[in-house]
Amino acid sequence: MRRLVPYLDTFGAVALAIIWIAPLFFAFWAAFHSTSDAVNFNLFSPWTLDNFRTAWEGAPWLRYFLNTFLLVTVVLIGQFILTTLAGFAFAQVKFPGRDIVFILVLLQLFILPEVLIVENYAMVSRLGLFDTIVGVGMPYMASAFGIFLMRQSFKSVPIELHEAARVEGCSLFGILMRVYVPLAKPTYLAYALVSVSTHWNNFLWPLIVTNSPDTRPLTVGLSIFGAPENGVDISVISAATIMSIAPLLIAFLVFQRQFVQAFLRAGIK
Amino acid sequence: MSKHASLERRRQAIYGWLLLGPAGVLLTTFAFYPSIATLWSSLFSRGTRRKPAEFVGGENYTDLFADPTFWLVVKNNLIYAAATIPISIIIALAMALWANSKIPAKGFVRTAYFTPTVLPMIAAANLWLFFYTPGLGVLDQIGSLFGLPSVNWLGQPETALWAVIIVTIWKEAGFFMIFYLAALQTIPADLKEAADIEGASRWTYTRRIVLPLLMPTTLFIMVNAMINSVKLIDHLFILTKGGPSDASKLILYYIWEMAFAFFDAPHAAAMTILVLLVLGIIAAIQFLLIDKRTHYQ
Amino acid sequence: MFFSTHKAAMLAGATALASWGLAADAETELTMYYPIAVGGALTEVVDGIVADFEAENPDIKVNAIYSGNYDDTRVRALSALNSGEPAQLAVMFSIDAYDLIEQDIVVAFDDVISSDEDRAWLDGFYPALMANGKIEGKTWGVPFQRSTIVAYYNKDMFREAGLDPEKAPTSWEELVSMGKALTKDDTYGVMIPSTGYPYWMFQALAIQNGKELMAGDGLTTYFDDPKVVETLDFWKSLSAEHGIMPEGTVEWGTLRQAFLEGQTAMMWHSTGNLTAVKNNASFDFGVAMLPGNERLGSPTGGGNFYLFKDTTDEEKAAALKLIKFMTAPEQAAEWSIKTGYMGVSPAAYETEKLADYTTEFPPALVARNQLEHAVAEFSTFETARVRDGLNNAIQAALTGTKSAADALGEAQAAAERLLKDYQ
Repeated sequence: MRRLVPYLDTFGAVALAIIWIAPLFFAFWAAFHSTSDAVNFNLFSPWTLDNFRTAWEGAPWLRYFLNTFLLVTVVLIGQFILTTLAGFAFAQVKFPGRDIVFILVLLQLFILPEVLIVENYAMVSRLGLFDTIVGVGMPYMASAFGIFLMRQSFKSVPIELHEAARVEGCSLFGILMRVYVPLAKPTYLAYALVSVSTHWNNFLWPLIVTNSPDTRPLTVGLSIFGAPENGVDISVISAATIMSIAPLLIAFLVFQRQFVQAFLRAGIK
Repeated sequence: MSKHASLERRRQAIYGWLLLGPAGVLLTTFAFYPSIATLWSSLFSRGTRRKPAEFVGGENYTDLFADPTFWLVVKNNLIYAAATIPISIIIALAMALWANSKIPAKGFVRTAYFTPTVLPMIAAANLWLFFYTPGLGVLDQIGSLFGLPSVNWLGQPETALWAVIIVTIWKEAGFFMIFYLAALQTIPADLKEAADIEGASRWTYTRRIVLPLLMPTTLFIMVNAMINSVKLIDHLFILTKGGPSDASKLILYYIWEMAFAFFDAPHAAAMTILVLLVLGIIAAIQFLLIDKRTHYQ
Repeated sequence: MFFSTHKAAMLAGATALASWGLAADAETELTMYYPIAVGGALTEVVDGIVADFEAENPDIKVNAIYSGNYDDTRVRALSALNSGEPAQLAVMFSIDAYDLIEQDIVVAFDDVISSDEDRAWLDGFYPALMANGKIEGKTWGVPFQRSTIVAYYNKDMFREAGLDPEKAPTSWEELVSMGKALTKDDTYGVMIPSTGYPYWMFQALAIQNGKELMAGDGLTTYFDDPKVVETLDFWKSLSAEHGIMPEGTVEWGTLRQAFLEGQTAMMWHSTGNLTAVKNNASFDFGVAMLPGNERLGSPTGGGNFYLFKDTTDEEKAAALKLIKFMTAPEQAAEWSIKTGYMGVSPAAYETEKLADYTTEFPPALVARNQLEHAVAEFSTFETARVRDGLNNAIQAALTGTKSAADALGEAQAAAERLLKDYQ
């Protein structure tokens, strides 16, 4: 009995793994077969690229890719700047009211931007940022999670380095840029990966504030492509889906180790 | 000297607020102000051509409480939470234990578990649509091999919500696994050796040593899962649109529908305030219950 | 685009000005939101029509923005207006008219047209297609991609079942008896979709049963009328009693695929699917008018052009020009052939193009012929929510969670509550 346990383990683990990737696998398979073959599971039917051709012609995917790319870049740059400054203030600058403000920031972890869609939509419109990529990214730039992460990272920097830089005549901002930021590199990397994969996949908010193919990110484009008035074609939808997840998926498979490490770092510190 | 110190303090204060400034402005613009504005607008009626908006106090809230759809949606969301939270945590734990044990094909297993995490929910929904479609879908095809009748997973009130729940679990279990995996790797190896010397069975070791050590992680994951049970609704747009007859409609989707399909912002605002209240309670639980040293230092 | 398209356009305009030294003020820019009916490259068809229009009218620039299905398009267009983005016209659900008027964002065509020629143009459409757009004595919507529900049937399966492949059911009794003959172990006799637009199918059945779902004032609904309840019971009986339709709801989006795979011998669907079915069917198929009970009937459906109110006179004139271009007989014929939607005017069917096409492919005429039995599509004030209540009632009855009478009673009560403010 005891000798059997490892086998059971392996069996369970692999079975679960197969179940877990089955949806992806089937979509992949369907994307390369004609709709009729796909829904009838003709396992030995010929492979085809037609679905990709149809899907590619059906929407401005390049534009969507570019929009998503611009979006995650804008968000990331904004987050880096804002969370670095704020994280540093919370970690190394003493000023009255700091702790209360920090609690307010933590509170924002729970005021999800997703829930405030109505007012945030009104706000973005008021600022003239409706249907712009900056408008899509703006509510996420001052990320409480990022501020928190940076604060933790800056706190672990030895105070001696700070003092040494100060003695050499660096300003506070100079110290931040020369001492703290370089030492927090792994945190930046981790945060970047989490941020990019979050915003690459974000849907509800971009759905609300984008209005044209010129700003629409991939997720919104995919949802519109997948819902024409009169019916869907499973193989074409699968092809579009595979196409739109491919970049992130391939990046993930190649950099798997770093990816997982990054998530670990960002999640638990 | 003390004058110098007070000057330095003042300088620090100015620096502090300057550094916080940009983030503070954006947080105020997109979190604090909208929260208050939502509360405010939930107290007014909707303006139309015939009737301009007017102050109605709590009427939008009483409307909601009198709306059977609202209660159905609340019930759906509670079921959604009650199912996705524990099930995804248990699966995540099993995944982590397996991915951390010495089994062949570990790399494949880990990758397979984690892959759904990097997919957009919209894409995930498209993949699952192919599974669920009656007659043509994968599930039905497999079922028919065993002589089972075709099931309309997304088209029946009894199954639609569960079909949605399964996609959510599929999406988030691998993500939670990572946190467990991290925690497992911090458990010293000598604990396992000591347990082996004592002759403790694997089950005893897991139950007595591993699970208690994972407790803080579990709580952390639980809070995340709670937030997700409010937030993860993207797949509804593809799979069910909340149907059939609202059987799979969740609160955030209803808010969206109210505001952007029915153009009834005041009722959407009232619902938003109720959701914020619940999130506030979750926040309080997190601050009070969870060991701060583990996660906030 | 990084910043708003509007600003970018202004920038582009300024650049043009600088580089060619031309006055750009002659240019009128239009933004048009439109939904697309079937998947695939139909956006290209619209883009092609727009390009032709721009070639003919160099002083007008059109941004045609494809924005999903009808619901998405309404949301998109109204979001744009609410946030101050320009939009001069849109193709939206013909049944959105009441709400668009109520929100005071559209302008009646009567207030924009001036010449007799324009009035003749407005009178040139099929009257049945104008029904949804005519409210309070004015015309608010001009038909563009319009449909009725038709019955598609698989002639091969009719032959196998020993039925005459040229005779689709013309009455409810025939629908049931033929459906029974056509139902096999793994195929169904008929599928009527009950997600997406359940109210639309239901309206067809109710009309056939001799009862309208609404009065013409946008304020009154008849959901709990015994005739209407009887209609829903009949729909339910197709699966529960006769077993010729699957239990639960039938998915609108995947129904065409199910029909093409031979899972059902008949399906009810929009004529907007005709071209897609024609291109993909591997069997002999036919198209017929819907069967009747007390009478024949189908609601019309689809999208109308609307003009937004808050625009300049030049923009309105340019928008009207575009609409006239896109609904002209030649374009309407082309659009009909590409999609299966109806040619919106009798003149469209007289064009050589469409006349040839319909001779060669007679099913393309069925929807048009059915127009004489057609009525306006279900539409009221608060139409999205009233409709949602009706949809839920239909689905609740079909899935067996409520009885038809209870479900429709609740929907009627909800509709009365919603419409009370408009009385």
